[in-house]
Amino acid sequence: MREVWAVARKDLRIEWRSKVVASQVLPFAVIVLVLFGLALDADRSTLRSFTPGLFWVTVLFVAILTIQRSVSIETASSAFEALRLSGAAGWKIFAGKALAVAAQLLAIEAVMLLGVVVLYRSSFEDPVLVVTAALAATVAIATAGSLYGVLAVGMGVRDTILPMLLLPILAPVLVAATRAFDDGLSTAAVNGWAWCSLLACFALLYAIIGGVAYAVVLEDA
Amino acid sequence: MAITTAPTDKPVKLVEPGSGTGSRTSRMLGVACLVGVAVLMVFAFVLTEADLVQQDVVRMIYIHVPSAIAGYTGFVITAIASVMVLWKKSLWWDIVAVAGAEIGLLFTGLMLATGVIWGRPTWNTWWEWGDVRLMTSLMLFLVYVGYLAYRRVVPSAEVRARRSAIIALVGVINVPIVNRSVEWWASRTLHQQSSLSDGKLEDLTLFTLAMGFVVFAMIFAWMLIHRFRIGWLEVQADTVGLQAAMAERRAQMEADIDDAVAHPGIGADTNADPNKSGPDDSGPNERGGAA
Repeated sequence: MREVWAVARKDLRIEWRSKVVASQVLPFAVIVLVLFGLALDADRSTLRSFTPGLFWVTVLFVAILTIQRSVSIETASSAFEALRLSGAAGWKIFAGKALAVAAQLLAIEAVMLLGVVVLYRSSFEDPVLVVTAALAATVAIATAGSLYGVLAVGMGVRDTILPMLLLPILAPVLVAATRAFDDGLSTAAVNGWAWCSLLACFALLYAIIGGVAYAVVLEDA
Repeated sequence: MAITTAPTDKPVKLVEPGSGTGSRTSRMLGVACLVGVAVLMVFAFVLTEADLVQQDVVRMIYIHVPSAIAGYTGFVITAIASVMVLWKKSLWWDIVAVAGAEIGLLFTGLMLATGVIWGRPTWNTWWEWGDVRLMTSLMLFLVYVGYLAYRRVVPSAEVRARRSAIIALVGVINVPIVNRSVEWWASRTLHQQSSLSDGKLEDLTLFTLAMGFVVFAMIFAWMLIHRFRIGWLEVQADTVGLQAAMAERRAQMEADIDDAVAHPGIGADTNADPNKSGPDDSGPNERGGAA
């Protein structure tokens, strides 16, 4: 596990020093939330009922940027080669990268949750469900994103091919997370915990596939 | 972990101009497909009865359901071929993978199109956002659009084969989700449960549907054979180009060596002469570079 923490700590330290996520990605998330408000004519009841969907669509946009950032810090100075030569197993590098992306996404989601409370006047009826769903969905997004992020390495069209590859496979996560939040924010009468279980299944599935496949992909990165 | 390509040291014989990718067997299969489609149309539009509720619109089932199964089959073939690419490291399987994905995408597109047309008179809507089968089918379609788009932007055949194999293996997870969605989320779909398993289909309807599966399977096989041969010819054409580039480079090197032997004193000036460029000055060769 030491290698996992080392990779994750390295990525988080780079972000802490560069402040790219805090100064660019986080403001982008807030801007998208505000734009949704403007596009829906600032109708609070509409915004409140659509909060789960708007929240998770914004998270997906933010995830694309965060994953691209996670990959670019490795490609900028051919650091993938150094990671390969470090002797760490592929799955450990994958787990470290995914952990760092998940930590950044969770931090952004925390601010966004505050944003939807202030801007959309949403309220948490079941905070435990909201937090659990956010954790499971974030792990699913971070694991799938970390695998697909490195798949797009070495191509001039990385910025456009990554969303095209990643968003369709994250669509079930979007649906499940939205439904779980519907229950957690009481915007629809659904069984949020059932959707939360589905999120956990996707998180586990993407983590296993990513862990197995990362070594193969890293070879070409 | 090199992926096996066609041998570069043996001369590659391409097909004769105008002969295409057909063979006697594939032509017979093609004729059987045409006959099968004609017979299926007769059964679907003439011999079977209209439904009591849906009337003639129900005849869409003979195209829609086999299209869906053919689409799933294409993606499953892609997944199996992708496993073989990663296991056997063979470009042969990569060509099977892309053939399966393209044909699967075609049939999934046909399934979506016929579904939309069927939905309008039956559900009074072209598209129902709340229908989980529709949405998951669309996502499956988009996953493989991404797969094929990805294949076009990776220049190296070996890297493309390996990476796209992983994308295909992640993408195939959607196939059982689409297929089982009407059972798993029965309250969130306008689709009926499986018509085959509930035993409600009449004998002739069931027979015609079974015939639809057979005809679509034949069409699928015919397309797979031809798409595979096109893919294989593309690899062969690349090999021929590579062989030509290597022969050209070899001849140039031999000429330079002969020249150096004939004029031993002026070897240092050879590169200065633009008409006598050395083997390393021949400029980038696209095929040689790719190899």
